[in-house]
Amino acid sequence: MSTLTPASKDKNLWAIAVFVLIGAILLPLLNMGGVVAEFQLNTWGKYLCYATLAVSVNLLWGYTGLLSLGQALFFALGGYAFGMYLMLMIGEDPNYHTRLPDFMDFMGYQELPWHWQPFEHAWFAVAAVVLVPGIFALIFGFLAFRARIKGVYFSIITQTLTYAAALLFFRNEFTFGGNNGFTDFKEMFGLNLHAVSTQRGLFIASVLYLAACLLFNWWLTRTKFGKVQQAIRDSENRVRFSGYDTLQYKMLIFTAAAIIGGVGGALYVPQVGIINPNEMMPVKSLEAVVWVAVGGRGRLWGPVIGAILVNAIKSWATVQFPNYWLIMLGALFLFVVLFLPGGVASIPEQFRHWRKKMDARRQAPAEPMKAAEPVAEVETAKSST
Amino acid sequence: MQAFSLTTFVRGLFLLLACCPLWLHAQEKTTGPDSRALFVEALTADNDRANEILQELAARGATEVRPLLEEWRAGGIYAFERADAQPLYVTLATTPAQEETSETYIRNVETDELVENADGDTLAVEKGDLDPLFPSRRLRRNLLQIVDLIALGSPEASERAEAAIALGLKGDAGYLTALQERREIEENGAVQDALDEGIALAQLSLGDRETKLEAVQRLDELNSIPALDRIRALQREATAEGSDWSAEDLAALQTAIHDLEGYLKWVDFFGTAFRGLSAGAVLLVVALGLAITFGLMGVINMAHGEMIALGAYTVYFVQQGMAAAFGPIGMEWYFPVAIPVAFLVSALAGLILERSVIQFLYKRPLESLLATWGVSWILQQAFKLLFGAQNKNVESPTWLLGNITVHDISLGYNRLFIIGFAILILVGTWLLLTKTPLGLCIRAVMQNPQMAASMGISTSRTRMATFAFGSGLAGLAGAFLSQIGSVGSGLGQTYIVDSFMVVVAGGVGNLLGTLYTALGIGVIDNTLQPFLGPVMGKICVLFAIILFLQWKPGGLFPARSRALD
Repeated sequence: MSTLTPASKDKNLWAIAVFVLIGAILLPLLNMGGVVAEFQLNTWGKYLCYATLAVSVNLLWGYTGLLSLGQALFFALGGYAFGMYLMLMIGEDPNYHTRLPDFMDFMGYQELPWHWQPFEHAWFAVAAVVLVPGIFALIFGFLAFRARIKGVYFSIITQTLTYAAALLFFRNEFTFGGNNGFTDFKEMFGLNLHAVSTQRGLFIASVLYLAACLLFNWWLTRTKFGKVQQAIRDSENRVRFSGYDTLQYKMLIFTAAAIIGGVGGALYVPQVGIINPNEMMPVKSLEAVVWVAVGGRGRLWGPVIGAILVNAIKSWATVQFPNYWLIMLGALFLFVVLFLPGGVASIPEQFRHWRKKMDARRQAPAEPMKAAEPVAEVETAKSST
Repeated sequence: MQAFSLTTFVRGLFLLLACCPLWLHAQEKTTGPDSRALFVEALTADNDRANEILQELAARGATEVRPLLEEWRAGGIYAFERADAQPLYVTLATTPAQEETSETYIRNVETDELVENADGDTLAVEKGDLDPLFPSRRLRRNLLQIVDLIALGSPEASERAEAAIALGLKGDAGYLTALQERREIEENGAVQDALDEGIALAQLSLGDRETKLEAVQRLDELNSIPALDRIRALQREATAEGSDWSAEDLAALQTAIHDLEGYLKWVDFFGTAFRGLSAGAVLLVVALGLAITFGLMGVINMAHGEMIALGAYTVYFVQQGMAAAFGPIGMEWYFPVAIPVAFLVSALAGLILERSVIQFLYKRPLESLLATWGVSWILQQAFKLLFGAQNKNVESPTWLLGNITVHDISLGYNRLFIIGFAILILVGTWLLLTKTPLGLCIRAVMQNPQMAASMGISTSRTRMATFAFGSGLAGLAGAFLSQIGSVGSGLGQTYIVDSFMVVVAGGVGNLLGTLYTALGIGVIDNTLQPFLGPVMGKICVLFAIILFLQWKPGGLFPARSRALD
């Protein structure tokens, strides 16, 4: 990773371009031609949103060594912010004849609470999708990193944060719909959400957004900022002693990751059609971490592969083996962690090493094999942070 | 009923109570025929004899026949005619299945057993064949009083005290006399106080102003909580328009109310503190295992919750097994057996987990989190498949039910037991870690594995033992939780976030810190709950911990070390 290839020769860029070509042009065209079903497109759109969440986890865990167990909170916050706008676009409901969301009618509200009012404007909702997770992450990041909470403590504190937030959102008095959250959306920016064209548009938006996230990730890791960030992962104290203020780096990357996740959540909600506090439960954040681990952390494509692979297996297994899918997924994580620390994305690399080792053995069978060892050491140095 | 019979009612009562002292003395010396037999005699006796028997029963405090007396008054006692013998006096024991049919089982009043036929099978009789017995009108009135008064003569002091206050609150002249009579002969100090309280309560509604004021003063001295509402009502009456209470008397009322309110606050405070303490004890037991595996060893074991659930399931199966093997005695004493078994089962599971997964991940703590999370999923689903998706209910042994009351604060036995046991486990763990060779090895390996290894300690085996011990503690926690709620595959999950917080906030690797934070969180949570509700209270505690770590990032008792990480 450390050798800087010229941008034009980097395979990753080509891969992103191919991904955009297939996702944003070919698949929608196939859908219009009737080859790919809308349901398929919708499911993949959902996976892509999960992939953006995984990318944000990877930015933190894979590149900075911060294992956040509360990343789904920002995903959900973005989703909620956009969901508020969607709720207000439902219009007058036939039972209560008000423009208030249903759950407010139940609770006897006469008019919109003040913090809901600006969400009638689309521009405000879009700004909130970025700002709410961003500002929240900035404050929390400041508090956590200033106190030098790191390692497993950081993980546990983020887990507590998302748990407390979920408990808060479960309450009806919190004016965000309690248990049921938001659902029954009808339109967005004046477009009918149930129309095929809108869903197709959302899918294309998800593809482009994920590509943008990957580009950002690719670009960031090549900048000086990205190098310091990876140095923090490998040895934070050395970086500090070299005169860098790690607090600022960590705060910035934590905020950026929160915004990436938040926007992903905002794209997720109109495609799935529901958002509720379950999305904030610690389990969801853990799942996102598992996607990254399975895909390969610290690798550009790892989180994308992991998110899609795990979710595809999950969708398939929940139908085929309703009683055993949890066991299968659990076993998959165990296997990956124990035997494939680099994740699925590292398989080609490992295969290359294995072949090199084989070649070396064939040429000089008497010599002790040292070829594989330095790689293993780098692996452990990375993961021991 | 009361309206038409008040005078006769009171007169009858006087008559009845006049005999009371006599009966009570008799009770201590002679046993006489048993209360049920006496009751059966009363069923057929003439009015005078029946009354005599009722008085005898009241004097004995034969609370076991109280339900029968109530049944009799309501016409629920039947004569079951037998061909060749005396009629049998029975109550209905209709099973739910018999509700729709014309048949019913019957229960013998005298023996309190189901009536059987010659073959020893439970006898089902036609409902129409049973004639209800109705007491005479005069007897019915007496029965009503006896039912209320019978507990006053009960051999159980707590029942007597309870009855004294309940009767006092009824504010009835007849009961007042009964209370005063009883007070003369009562020997138990606590019951004497309760009787005084009952008498004063009755006087509060019956007496003239002088008596009322005296009663108020006495209730104030007795710290009577039930009196507070009554005195407040009296105050409203006294300050109402057109009342002629003097300022001095009003001041006396005010003082009493003030004192009682102060006492009530005191009781509330200590009650909350006790509940908080017991909640903290549960948290402590749950977090202690984690303090070992996470705090000492640095392994984030996400399957810790499943170790807890495993312990709880073990208790359930031990209970089932012992109930099947030894019957009621097994039910009563399964818990002492289940506790060590739960510890061993969870410890064994922990041992297997450590050998198969965790030992490969000591250098990669964050990845042990993921691997154990996979284990947690596997175990949860395995529990569901093996033991069923429905929650199991573990019945507590009778000696864990009930409570004692100290100064109006009720202390549940199960809560007291948990507090006691938490202390025991904490002390045991502390002794193990600081006073045994194994503890020395554990601490050495946790502090510096390389150095410990070069001293000849097997780090691998020490870690294995430590992890098994921590998992065993989780099993103990499960044994407790099975007594508080039902047992399901997700049991441990509800506590896992809380207990991680306890360990982090207490200072990792420090048992004392774990103790303080667990109790602190329990007490704060319980103090906030009345104002904020259970969920908001919890949210506040969680946010408070996040802020607390700002102030003390290493927890309450941070590990002292020169190492940077």
